[in-house]
Amino acid sequence: MRILSAVSFAVLLSLTVLAGSLAASSAASAQGAGLEQGLQKFTTDDFSDTSEGIGAVAASGNPRAADILGALQDGRLMFDAASKTVFIKTAAGAVVNAATGRPAMLPDSADNVRLNNRLRGALDAVMGTLTLLSPDPAKRLDAAQAVFKSRDPKTLPALGTALAREKNSRIRRVLQEARAAAILSSDGADDAAKVAAIAMIRDRGDQDSLALLQSLPKDSPANVREAASAAVARIGRSLEMWSLLQNAWYGLSLGSVLLLAAIGLAITFGVMGVINMAHGEMVMLGAYVTFVVQQVIRAYDPSLFGYSLIVAIPLAFVVTGAAGVLIERSIIRFLYGRPLETLLATWGLSLILQQLVRTIFGPTNKDVGNPSWMSGAFDLGGMTITYNRLWIIVFAMIVFVALLAMLRFIRLGLEMRAVTQNRAMAAAMGIRTARIDALTFGLGSGIAGIAGVALSQIDNVSPNLGQGYIIDSFLVVVFGGVGNLWGTLVGALTLGVANKFLEPFAGAVLGKIAILVFIILFIQKRPRGMFALKGRAVEA
Amino acid sequence: MLTQVSTVAKRPRTGRWLAAAAGLTMSLAATLPAKAADTIKVGILHSLSGTMAISETTLKDMMLMLIDEQNKKGGLLGKKLEPVVVDPASNWPLFAEKARELISKDHVAVVFGCWTSVSRKSVLPVFKELNSILFYPVQFEGEESERNVFYTGAAPNQQAIPAVDYLMSKDGGAVKRWVLEGTDYVYPRTTNKILEAYLKSKGVKDDDILINYTPFGFSDWQTEVSKIKTFGSAGKKTAVVSTINGDANVPFYKELGNQGIKATDIPVVAFSVGEEELAGLDTKPLVGHLAAWNYFESIKTPANAAFIKRWHAFIKNDKRTTNDPMEAHYIGFNMWVKAVEKVGSTDPNKVIAALPGIKVPNLTGGVSEMLPNHYITKPVYIGEVRGDGQFNVVWKTKGLVPGDEWSDYLPGSRDLKADWVTLKCGNYNTVTKKCGGQGS
Repeated sequence: MRILSAVSFAVLLSLTVLAGSLAASSAASAQGAGLEQGLQKFTTDDFSDTSEGIGAVAASGNPRAADILGALQDGRLMFDAASKTVFIKTAAGAVVNAATGRPAMLPDSADNVRLNNRLRGALDAVMGTLTLLSPDPAKRLDAAQAVFKSRDPKTLPALGTALAREKNSRIRRVLQEARAAAILSSDGADDAAKVAAIAMIRDRGDQDSLALLQSLPKDSPANVREAASAAVARIGRSLEMWSLLQNAWYGLSLGSVLLLAAIGLAITFGVMGVINMAHGEMVMLGAYVTFVVQQVIRAYDPSLFGYSLIVAIPLAFVVTGAAGVLIERSIIRFLYGRPLETLLATWGLSLILQQLVRTIFGPTNKDVGNPSWMSGAFDLGGMTITYNRLWIIVFAMIVFVALLAMLRFIRLGLEMRAVTQNRAMAAAMGIRTARIDALTFGLGSGIAGIAGVALSQIDNVSPNLGQGYIIDSFLVVVFGGVGNLWGTLVGALTLGVANKFLEPFAGAVLGKIAILVFIILFIQKRPRGMFALKGRAVEA
Repeated sequence: MLTQVSTVAKRPRTGRWLAAAAGLTMSLAATLPAKAADTIKVGILHSLSGTMAISETTLKDMMLMLIDEQNKKGGLLGKKLEPVVVDPASNWPLFAEKARELISKDHVAVVFGCWTSVSRKSVLPVFKELNSILFYPVQFEGEESERNVFYTGAAPNQQAIPAVDYLMSKDGGAVKRWVLEGTDYVYPRTTNKILEAYLKSKGVKDDDILINYTPFGFSDWQTEVSKIKTFGSAGKKTAVVSTINGDANVPFYKELGNQGIKATDIPVVAFSVGEEELAGLDTKPLVGHLAAWNYFESIKTPANAAFIKRWHAFIKNDKRTTNDPMEAHYIGFNMWVKAVEKVGSTDPNKVIAALPGIKVPNLTGGVSEMLPNHYITKPVYIGEVRGDGQFNVVWKTKGLVPGDEWSDYLPGSRDLKADWVTLKCGNYNTVTKKCGGQGS
């Protein structure tokens, strides 16, 4: 109870500070009038009126202001032009009158109050000021960030109040930065304060600070300008260093995607020697399994959505693995030793599979959602690391290690290696080579399927998904060395990193061409790739 | 000059006679000549398989709906319309083959089709040679005007330039720095060339323009997005003008969302992203990003509401969206019907002559007119992505904008003009006063 009253006092305080002396001395009726005037502006469906409305509601000092503007921010504020009334749809779906807060009926003619980017920016800043004293630290942090971006000198008093009360050191830091930003864009502040503010911003050191410092007016006093340009140079230098690391990270991430796409092929092409053009379609099938799993989860229990990928991984493996076994038994086994025919048959198969999926699911992209733990990003120093890429790197490594372990420690793995190295001998030892062929192809396809689960998170889920990866996959396997999983790993990561370091200089198109030329030259020199098999196995 | 005009007019006529003769022998050979006479055939040339199927299949369905509706109204000239659907499978040379098949084997009166510019370029010689009519429904780079083609999609001045104007305005954020991000092929390259010239004519400096191309189907946008972020931190308001095509858009927007670039910081205005493309995407992180089109499903007019209702009933799915190229086909089809009714024949020469000047209502409350350059007048809307995958119109042009076939901002095409009514020429040079001066 005490906390609650403290909070309401805090909100009230921030409002009064914002609205200045007028609101502080005014009676409740005057607050109501200001609010009412502001709300009227929302009913004309005109952006400049809405802008004035936001200002009026924020300045009214009315305790309902935060609710109203919050609803506007979330697109829950409705207006009815005929009766000139504004309504709030609460998050639970109920409708209340915005001015009174009492439950109301929403007329059919009601429509959303529309925003554009300019208003959205202004609204973020106003809401930031209103929620600086929120009891929720996450909200306070967001508010402080929003105020920092707004660089509005009018927020200075509210920032002062918030700083005086803030205990959390991280939020304090952002508040101080926000104050520095506001000081820099205010006309009244003296030079010493501005130079101190520049130092504050410089220590923040990210791209936002760079933007802020570079936007200082040209007519600032000399010492302020010098401090700013020194700070810009320093931030620029540190960002450049971070951008190297960032490139390496991007390369690692691209490499892991290539690895995932290629590792199944490393089995079917690398170990079995089957030129499998339908490999990409196995990836695509895996992605569609993810889609189906998500649809089922959405229909039956949306609360389990976060687990959808974990459910999809084994399912995709089973479905595509089974498809692989079926393909091997019905087509590939008749074509062993005839690479050209295998190539054509599997190419035809890939077209059939694409059109099959197109007929069943339709030609349009399917919406495969990212669970919350797969979306967003965090900052590591000057780097931005997105969660989906991070998890895909982790996932690719797990798949690689699991596959390696399987080939090494499990009986099936042993038999696979035996059949690849010497088929006749393996058969003589009592291994059913035909069965092993089918299982090996199934394993490669199944791994392609689970790669599809991962790729559904970063790419389109459409019938064309696989086509985009098939060439890259072959490049990786050939470059790394046919028949060697380690080669595939090193090949994928090398190509990924090289591509990402080329891209900033050469552009995406030229970068890709350069990589292709490099691989062609490399294959001239070492036709068997980086990690060539040696010894008698080569001849087999 | 005169002789030139007459040869232009004459050449197709011989073609027509040849085609008619070929048709006659064929219908004699076939044992069912009566059925062919009862219907007017309409060719639909959209990819139903391959990469472009994602966009083009919907247009095929839209055409089937329009033909179905026309038949329910009693057909055309007392005959039923009969759709002839072929699948060029996203394969550019196959487009030309299928177009030839439609015109000389099926004897269609008109063809509605193509999506990519390269597919249009591939069928052009066929339509010229066999003298038929093509309605092309997609926004494109302009720089072309052919006697046999009617362009119902937007030219750059009906989409790209108004979008840039909006971003430069106060409401659009008074943008000073521009990233022109596109897929590496003819449409983005030409559009970006026009935009670059336009921006420079507005006083934007070289340093403030970043042009970037990526390959088709690009999916790893990390570096590109962080490049945009860096470019945007120079202290001036920055916007991205995106001509990224098709599938590459989804991962691009996902990466923008993940790296935390909000529309309030760096807005992206796209020319190839419509309701259909957003359907495969969680749009929450994209709210506020922009698209420029001549039609949005969310525009509230009685005509549009009825259109959407009919579409949902036809396709038997309430979730299917409508989009700009669909409206273009709607306009094009109605224009063709009106022109045929006007001349009382489906003869290509008569219909081609009758089409300029035909006016039909569009779905957004205006009346679009076919111009002598074979482009149409269209309103331009800027829409912001909403949380539900639709667009909020935040800006529109005052009236309808006439399509400009040869851009005023490119050297070489500045002096060209197309007029099929008085000049009978697709590239008349206003300086040398000659037809067929500098072509595409």
